[in-house]
Amino acid sequence: MRTRTVLHEADITRALTRIAHEILESNRGPDGLVLLGIPTRGVPLAERLASLIERFSGEHVATGQLDVTMYRDDLAHHPTRSPRPTSIPDGGIDGRVVVLVDDVLFSGRSIRAALDALGDLGRPAAVRLAILVDRGHRELPIRPDFVGKNLPSARSERVNVTLTEIDGVDQVTIAGEGE
Amino acid sequence: MRHLLDTRTLSRDDAIRILDVAEDMADTQGREVKKLPTLRGRTVVNLFFEDSTRTRISFEAAAKRLSADVINFSAKGSSVSKGESLQDTAQTLQAMGADAVVIRHGASGAPRTLATSGWIDAGVVNAGDGTHEHPTQALLDAFTMRRRRYGSASRGRDLAGFRVAIVGDILHSRVARSNVWLLSALGAEVTLVAPPTLVPQDVSQWPARVRFDLDEAIAEGPDAIMMLRIQTERMSGSFFPSEREYARLWGLDPVRFAALSGDTIVMHPGPMNRGLEICAEAADSPRATVREQVASGVSVRMAVLYLLLAGERAGTDTKESR
Amino acid sequence: MSEVLLIQGASIEGGDRADILIEDGRIAEVGTGLSRAGARVIDADGLVALRGLVDLHVHLREPGYEASETIATGTRAAAAGGFGAVFAMPNTHPVADTAGVVEQELALGEAAGYATVQPIGAVTVGQKGEALAEIGAMARSRARVRVFSDDGFCVSDPLLMRRALEYVKSFGGVIAQHAQDPRLTEGAQMNEGPVSSELGLAGWPAVAEESIIARDVLLAEHVGSRLHVCHLSTAGSVDIIRWAKKRGIQVTAEVTPHHLLLTDELARGYDARFKVNPPLRSEEDVLAVRDGLADGTIDIVATDHAPHPAEAKSTEWAAAANGMVGLESALRIVHQTMVEEGPFGWGDVARVMSAAPARIGGLDAHGTPLEAGRPAEIALYDPSAGGEFTVSDLRGRSVNSPYLGRTLPGSVRWTIHRGYATLADGELVDLEEAAR
Repeated sequence: MRTRTVLHEADITRALTRIAHEILESNRGPDGLVLLGIPTRGVPLAERLASLIERFSGEHVATGQLDVTMYRDDLAHHPTRSPRPTSIPDGGIDGRVVVLVDDVLFSGRSIRAALDALGDLGRPAAVRLAILVDRGHRELPIRPDFVGKNLPSARSERVNVTLTEIDGVDQVTIAGEGE
Repeated sequence: MRHLLDTRTLSRDDAIRILDVAEDMADTQGREVKKLPTLRGRTVVNLFFEDSTRTRISFEAAAKRLSADVINFSAKGSSVSKGESLQDTAQTLQAMGADAVVIRHGASGAPRTLATSGWIDAGVVNAGDGTHEHPTQALLDAFTMRRRRYGSASRGRDLAGFRVAIVGDILHSRVARSNVWLLSALGAEVTLVAPPTLVPQDVSQWPARVRFDLDEAIAEGPDAIMMLRIQTERMSGSFFPSEREYARLWGLDPVRFAALSGDTIVMHPGPMNRGLEICAEAADSPRATVREQVASGVSVRMAVLYLLLAGERAGTDTKESR
Repeated sequence: MSEVLLIQGASIEGGDRADILIEDGRIAEVGTGLSRAGARVIDADGLVALRGLVDLHVHLREPGYEASETIATGTRAAAAGGFGAVFAMPNTHPVADTAGVVEQELALGEAAGYATVQPIGAVTVGQKGEALAEIGAMARSRARVRVFSDDGFCVSDPLLMRRALEYVKSFGGVIAQHAQDPRLTEGAQMNEGPVSSELGLAGWPAVAEESIIARDVLLAEHVGSRLHVCHLSTAGSVDIIRWAKKRGIQVTAEVTPHHLLLTDELARGYDARFKVNPPLRSEEDVLAVRDGLADGTIDIVATDHAPHPAEAKSTEWAAAANGMVGLESALRIVHQTMVEEGPFGWGDVARVMSAAPARIGGLDAHGTPLEAGRPAEIALYDPSAGGEFTVSDLRGRSVNSPYLGRTLPGSVRWTIHRGYATLADGELVDLEEAAR
């Protein structure tokens, strides 16, 4: 199994900085934004984006997390997953611009589940999607609005994201099948 | 988790997992849209051989909030009351495509017989079997105690050091048995209080102390006191001479209620005999958790059904060893 | 059947090897180097020859419950277990409380031919515990009933028990009591103890057995009559019998094979194969009854063979019937618990499973020594065989055995009854065909 690092710590920082600027640009400022990280690693990413946006705009941005376990369509094919908490910031999501944040975008099914979950929580004015790594192979018509890195990959390869808050180090690796 | 038959064999980790998932379920119950799509397409059968509107409704609500289909099979008025065996009933449910069977039965061990028989592939949840166990009741009791103690910081925590007194007909109580095993797995200390006639003959191996004097038990300052319903039919078995004597010696009357320390919560699995085992003052005070117990019941049962049905199902096993 | 049989090289009750010549229903000769032209030779090298076993407590279910067992199928199971005689308990339908029913049972047993069926008569009419049954008529009938029991139920009324004990003195009969105080065991499901407390199953306390035995031995002493205690199961009961015998009271007692081996821990999975009355008891009780059998306090082993159809056992515990089949496994259980794990030699086994039950029940043609001139009632057993006990080891109509899947020692190879083989090299003989 050959593993190579595609993003180092500095690359991740640069990508998140760029995404924070892009969010502010497309939203024309910080008003009405709610960042919801999808557990597990979407959560620290959302928090980092929020503090970057605050630094650049001078305004506080509401952050929370959205667990999608209960909305997944593939539960029966895996051992039982434990749900994670969902916390929506004060003020809710009605009429606001929700930016979903996740580490890797692959088939798109997690995001479809996230959209269903959002639908049961309220009616946002718009939903955007910010992703650190897009590795292709979509099975649903889902596309990200903000991407850290496009990473073409074979289906059989494994893309692994580690973040300091959870794993002690910032890194994105891709591992191929045995050589 | 393939079946939930008892708390006797439920490990501390599995118990905390159920309680934590129940926290997540409880959170969704605070939203406007209380329904989750998670168990869509699954069929849950409520197989109730004993009357119990409250428990059945609680399981029904739990299943429906997870978008499962619910079929209620009440033994009364069906072929079961005409003597159809448990085996034939089970095979009917299997043919109907039940994914989970929630069974309440008058015979201790009936859920285990159903689960290990090989008659059905469905997961089995024990909703109360004879005088043996009522695991979801104990789980919702523990959930309630944990929340009262730790509030929103409950996730991941057990009940270490929590002192619980369970008062009433221990001998015939499946709620008492399930609570003894679960509470001790979660690190709580349990004291059983009852007249000697209502304590099983040999509880020396139970992780609980036995007291015959309720006033002494209250003086020890428990964190929670759980009153069990007294069935007045027990008088015909000479378990106690009269309701009056029972209430006087083992009832939570206003004097005893006042003697409880300020933080002690008062619990009751319901339905209550006001004036017999519990006075109105205690039942209606803010320290009583009776209504919370009912609400927690739905969340806990949602968690149980989720853990039983949502993931990959293990292969059918028969004759599980203990 | 007038075949001449020559058993060669069997160890006589575990002792020296010898040959046994059988002719016209009797043992013609016992010695070494025997031969006889035209005799069917049975190679008994490695086998132990025992007196044909006698079971003082069997439920043959006929008349009335033929779905579970018949006299024909039950005696086939008996032959497979090495038994030449069984005593049939009267809880049939109709109850065996009249001369007519007991004579019918006797006739059916004779017609089947696999073992002597000696009917036991009920103590009270319909076993209801209210009025004495026609004990005298049953005693004088062709069935010559000497043992009377309401087994399944206790004769709990002390006055009725006294009268019954007195009444049977007139013809040397014995009352066999199923000791269970009904008031202390209402709704009981299993032994009362730590296991029942945990499982939420109503308890059957040891004292409900012991208090009846204590009362009955004193009654037997007072009226000077014989008492037999069925399926004794607790340590306290053993103590009471020991005390009574020391006092010279005429009491005998039996223990079942399952009470020599199994405990109430087996109830934990709610598998109703282990549901029986009296219930499986604690480890202490098992050790005490083994000691009691070893020192003679308990006189005999009796199976309490209780067949039930599958639907009566594969159901929730409270709805399941009480009882286990035991004829085919009995000798193997006694081998394991009393010979392998205890002080018994094969002579002791012959005493508790043949000589003593025949004597208590008054059967002259059974339980006699393996000597010339005696009736040819013989079981040949291979102690070195053994293996997993499976459904194919059962020969009756029902399969409710607690030993399925368990490894047991030994194997019954031949059973000789009235001079002919009912079991040949482990297979039942088709007696109808053999008669032609």
